[in-house]
Amino acid sequence: MEKKSVIKKITGSREALLAIIVIVLFAVVTVISPSFLTPKSLMEMLKNNAVTMVMSLGMLCVMLVGGIDISIMSTLALSGMSIGMLLKYGHITSTLLAFIIAMAIGIACGLVVGLVISRANVPPIIATMGFMYIYRAMGYLVSHGGEWASAAALGEFKNFATTNFLGINKVIWVIIVCYVVFFFFMKWTRTGRRIYAVGSNASAAQVSGINAKNINLLVYVIMGFLAGLGGALQVSVYASAMPDMQYGGEMDVIAACVIGGVSMSGGRGTVVGAFLGSIILATIAKALPLVGISSLWQNMIKGVIILVVVVINVILQRIADKNALKGREM
Amino acid sequence: MSNILQGKEEYFTLIQKYSHYQPVGRMIEYNQIKGKGGERAVSEYVLELKGITKIFPGVKALNNVQFQLKPGEVHALMGENGAGKSTFIKVITGVHKAEEGEMFLNGQKVDFKGPKDAQEAGIAAVYQHPTSYPHLTVAENIFMGHEIIKHHMIQWKEMNQEANKYLGELDADFDATAEMGTLSVAQQQMVEIAKALSTNAKIIILDEPTAALTRNESEKLYTLVDKLKENGVSIIFISHRFEDMYRLASRVTVFRDSQYIGTYDVNGITNADLIKAMVGREINDLFPKPEVELGDEMLRIEHLSRTGFFKDVSFNVRAGEIVGLTGLVGAGRTEVMEAVSGITRPDEGKVFLEGKEVYIKTPSEAMEKGIILLPEDRQKQGLVMSWGLGRNVTLPIISKYAKSGFNDEKAERELSKKLLEEVDTKAVDIFQPASSLSGGNQQKVVVAKALAQEMKVVIMDEPTKGVDVGAKAEIYAIMGDLAKKGYAIILISSEMPEILGMSDRIIVMCNGRKTGELNRGEATQEGILELSMEKSTGKGTK
Repeated sequence: MEKKSVIKKITGSREALLAIIVIVLFAVVTVISPSFLTPKSLMEMLKNNAVTMVMSLGMLCVMLVGGIDISIMSTLALSGMSIGMLLKYGHITSTLLAFIIAMAIGIACGLVVGLVISRANVPPIIATMGFMYIYRAMGYLVSHGGEWASAAALGEFKNFATTNFLGINKVIWVIIVCYVVFFFFMKWTRTGRRIYAVGSNASAAQVSGINAKNINLLVYVIMGFLAGLGGALQVSVYASAMPDMQYGGEMDVIAACVIGGVSMSGGRGTVVGAFLGSIILATIAKALPLVGISSLWQNMIKGVIILVVVVINVILQRIADKNALKGREM
Repeated sequence: MSNILQGKEEYFTLIQKYSHYQPVGRMIEYNQIKGKGGERAVSEYVLELKGITKIFPGVKALNNVQFQLKPGEVHALMGENGAGKSTFIKVITGVHKAEEGEMFLNGQKVDFKGPKDAQEAGIAAVYQHPTSYPHLTVAENIFMGHEIIKHHMIQWKEMNQEANKYLGELDADFDATAEMGTLSVAQQQMVEIAKALSTNAKIIILDEPTAALTRNESEKLYTLVDKLKENGVSIIFISHRFEDMYRLASRVTVFRDSQYIGTYDVNGITNADLIKAMVGREINDLFPKPEVELGDEMLRIEHLSRTGFFKDVSFNVRAGEIVGLTGLVGAGRTEVMEAVSGITRPDEGKVFLEGKEVYIKTPSEAMEKGIILLPEDRQKQGLVMSWGLGRNVTLPIISKYAKSGFNDEKAERELSKKLLEEVDTKAVDIFQPASSLSGGNQQKVVVAKALAQEMKVVIMDEPTKGVDVGAKAEIYAIMGDLAKKGYAIILISSEMPEILGMSDRIIVMCNGRKTGELNRGEATQEGILELSMEKSTGKGTK
């Protein structure tokens, strides 16, 4: 009993463990380079990682039902490129409208992905691999084969990322709003809990009258919506739109979730975990140059962290399973 | 036999004490609440099923069965493995739709389109393996599908309180905020029952609820069922334990081979009669079991245990002998043989091959030493379905036919052809993909694959599952041939006639333990079933 409760504490408070890691990371980096822990530097870090942070919320939902989506950065490129071109050629000027269009494109992309996965039963990795190529190609088509929308062409839109609201950068506001909304959505709404239910035991969910197919569809729509939003953020933060934006970036989003304790097989994962996971990734990227380690090491360290986290998870699970079996009397 | 019958007088007094039927007045009340359109049909039965037939591709899982449940009664449903009990339950709960037959709830005809309809009509099922959400809390598991919601927000506090109220009624020793996956099976079952209570179920179906429970836990469950009955809930109880039936049920319905055999008053039927009803079939002459001179002992296992799966199992097999290993599904038969053949590792115990102790860690080590397990699931574990037959047969011995790194295809083909002919496989040629064969012929290819290597002990797990009668006879013939050639054969099977017809000796397992060993002459269907269903505390009978 004693042993079991200790294990339960560690697995149960995965977020606490991550929070400690974040604090230690922050402390170490600050000691070596005091300029790290200043509001300006932290804001900068959040802003530069806004895309990954926001999209890891969508990936959380997708992974909770046991799926995965590797088409997201193509969706981001398509939606970002589309508004880039619309702004460049003066079809639209409103920043708000640009955001809405980007999100609408994202939703449409996610809807198609979700339909293929939930209705045609195509394995998520295969389906989204297909759409990864398709949406990326559509991004290039929209850009007339690789045309850019540079800062000058974006007009007022690029100001979104450089202006503040109540003293905080607007991009950071977007992150805050997204996380607050999702924290509420995942914990206190019926739909949020059903995402967990389907991921935990899809056939049981079906038996208790939950439409698992629709939940499956929904998560990809949410993911698409956030990818569209990510597209608009990307264009405004970097003040340019190009069709190869965030090429390969989907793995960072998945990594943030994995580090944050989201299970690849579904059912387990929290909004707080996704947040801490993406903060850890962002901190590493930001801190390495500050502490004098070449950024060439960045991917190596990312990889090591992911593997350590996953291996620890497997070990803890095995111990828990073994203990559960001992309770069975013959 | 004796230890089961001993307590029977006690059971009778208990039954009289507990089997007070609910007054009919209660039912009228219930009808008024539930009945739609003002019809107040009063029936003698809360639930009645007539002429139910359910067909799965190729099999009649239920053939014209009937069932009646009286208000407030505990009704046991018994039968062998595959008798159709589980399918029948799924028809009642709307998971399966029957091709033929009618179902009446309180005298009114109902037609469930899905599990939700059954739930709304007040029918809840607690399955043997709780169908829960392991990652969610107990409260969420209880309220899944009917969460407490106010102002569009889930009311966690209220839900936890409400859940704890139900758990308190059931004397549960855990909290509603516990994570489901960390609970024991017994505790999870309790959650399922709490869930049934929370949906206001009037009919609760318990599918082998005591199978995974210890004695104390079973006792607790009995009290729980009594409580439910007092509250006017009618209960259908599937169990393989006579003890459960005597303790709880007032009537028992028996299914056999997808058919309805009869319904009996529990205090009007003897153990022997019940067993006869469950197995009473004729055994025909399908079994060409040859008389073989038994050789030396090939395999002996001593006190083999694996935590949570089986405990203290010992037996041996001699050359030329066919040993049947039987018991109900979940008794641990396959698990023991998996441990012997290196698929899993036992925690305790010894394995001897030809008198020498061996330590087998992987299936390939087992095969090198001469032990092979032909798995139950041919599709997944037995064959590479998209490959040709020839390549399937020689797959385990590929390296033996390789010359300086290249396969000697000619030699391989000749060998596989010879082996496939030996087991009389019906196929166009050795290049035909395994997926295109019938189940019986696939099984023959699996056997040929085993023959390709020099084997001493061949373990066959349900070799005739999903195979038609003709092919079955052929597989039995092959089995006989193998025995004649001096192989030691272990036959794992749930099919009583097959076990009785083919085995020299029969080992019966129940709940992870060996409960008996019978010689060919002394084994009967009744005797085997008796041993399979013995209560969990029973010791070996030899």
